[in-house]
Amino acid sequence: MRLQVKNISKKFKAKSNYVGALDQVSLDVKSGEFICLLGPSGCGKSTLLNLIAGLEAPDQGEIYSRGKIGLMFQEAALFPWLKVKDNVGFGLKMQKVHRPEIAEQVDKYLSMMHLSAFAEAYPHELSGGMKQRAALARTLILNPDLLLMDEPFAALDAQTRERLYGDLQKIWQETKKTIIFVTHNVREAVCLGDRVEVFTARPGKIKKEFKINLSRPRNLNDVAVAQISNEIMQELKEEIDKVAAEMADYKKHQND
Amino acid sequence: MTKVDLKRKGRKLIIKIIFLLFLLLIWWLLYKIHFWPAWLFPSPRQVFKTLIKGFANHTFIWGILISMRRLFIGFGFALLVGSFVGFLLAKVKIINETVGFLVLGLQTLPSICWLPLALLWFGLNEKAIIFVVIMGSIMSMTIAMESAVKNIPPLFIRAGKMLGVQGWQLFCHVIFPAILPSFITGIKQGWSFAWRSLMSGEMLFITLGLGQLLMIGRQLNDMSQVMAVMLVIIMIGIIFDKLIFGVMENSVRRKWGLK
Repeated sequence: MRLQVKNISKKFKAKSNYVGALDQVSLDVKSGEFICLLGPSGCGKSTLLNLIAGLEAPDQGEIYSRGKIGLMFQEAALFPWLKVKDNVGFGLKMQKVHRPEIAEQVDKYLSMMHLSAFAEAYPHELSGGMKQRAALARTLILNPDLLLMDEPFAALDAQTRERLYGDLQKIWQETKKTIIFVTHNVREAVCLGDRVEVFTARPGKIKKEFKINLSRPRNLNDVAVAQISNEIMQELKEEIDKVAAEMADYKKHQND
Repeated sequence: MTKVDLKRKGRKLIIKIIFLLFLLLIWWLLYKIHFWPAWLFPSPRQVFKTLIKGFANHTFIWGILISMRRLFIGFGFALLVGSFVGFLLAKVKIINETVGFLVLGLQTLPSICWLPLALLWFGLNEKAIIFVVIMGSIMSMTIAMESAVKNIPPLFIRAGKMLGVQGWQLFCHVIFPAILPSFITGIKQGWSFAWRSLMSGEMLFITLGLGQLLMIGRQLNDMSQVMAVMLVIIMIGIIFDKLIFGVMENSVRRKWGLK
């Protein structure tokens, strides 16, 4: 699915004044592309995802997209009252799909995510990585054309995360989904993305685009990944410093 | 349940039974040494006999049935209306600012204070006592539902919406199951308010039920009846609190992994 974001701006109301979250952001995503949005915390990356998902409306600009959208959060957000298989089948059940058909699909996606053994478990019995895999299965089963992922691995430990990078690349290659992946982790972005869009500090703008032409599957510790990451880090560091300066400034004002 | 679980549960039960037997022994000893006169402090045996007699001649059974009927009507009404109002309080701001304020105020009024008003409005009858039960539990149900709905993690709602759920489906498949644990706790609390209101109401005017059986015991100077009826009231309390609501609460909490 092709996605076009044209000159999007968005402001939020904070106490007395408006704070710009996004400023004139444009993005063109081709079908089957894997895009990573990279930027310091609070730069509006998540806001952009919410706008694309249609959960919020932009103040200015337009978004063109066709087809179904799936969104994944930093938290798995599985429903604790449902078994894993019922969580995964939830969306289909809401669409009133026939039960045998749901069961078949659930089996397929659970085995794709290596969760077949946990079909009957409740979410609290899963580890963090398994929860995110279940959440991914729950999103993918609805067959979205565009998959939006908002720092989905940020809360996981390093080993689990590395395994999931491999899984995600494999699934992406198999299903040919278009993916937009938000992160503040440079290596993660380079490891996963065809393109990495580096954002400025608030209000978020796209500062620079990096095309990553490395063969897949990539590994977090590949030398090439590390090299490109360093390059991008230079770019990003400026923005992180800006955020730090702004925070220090804010603190000073509060103390005055 | 695993074998180890059963063993642990069995051990706990045995400890409880031994403790109760110990209490009975102290009771019996106090009776034996005539610490208080026997008509003020009957023996366990006498109370047990009265208990059996009460059930055998059906007075206790009728008392329980009459009290339960009032409780189910009164609390059932409070549950339905209170939950509905509580849901509105959580969702509609203007209702929260007006009705919510009223509910909080009325909640501070002990339920038995509604009795004089109920007697004047409805007379000395069934309606008055049911009214007291309703007023005793409806505020607590309302507040419980309001806080349950207000405390739903917004993430569940977002996830539901992202999976294509809207309107009534969202309520049935996301909001309702999401509030269930705190809602059951709320029902349990509301029930105990209703139960207390009912007992105090029944004791204050002649209208059958367990409360009146208790007062009859007093009027006849029959301490063993007083104690027997108290035991019945305690047992009913335990059955509802521990068995019915306790089991419901535990099964939900286990599913959620809160336990």
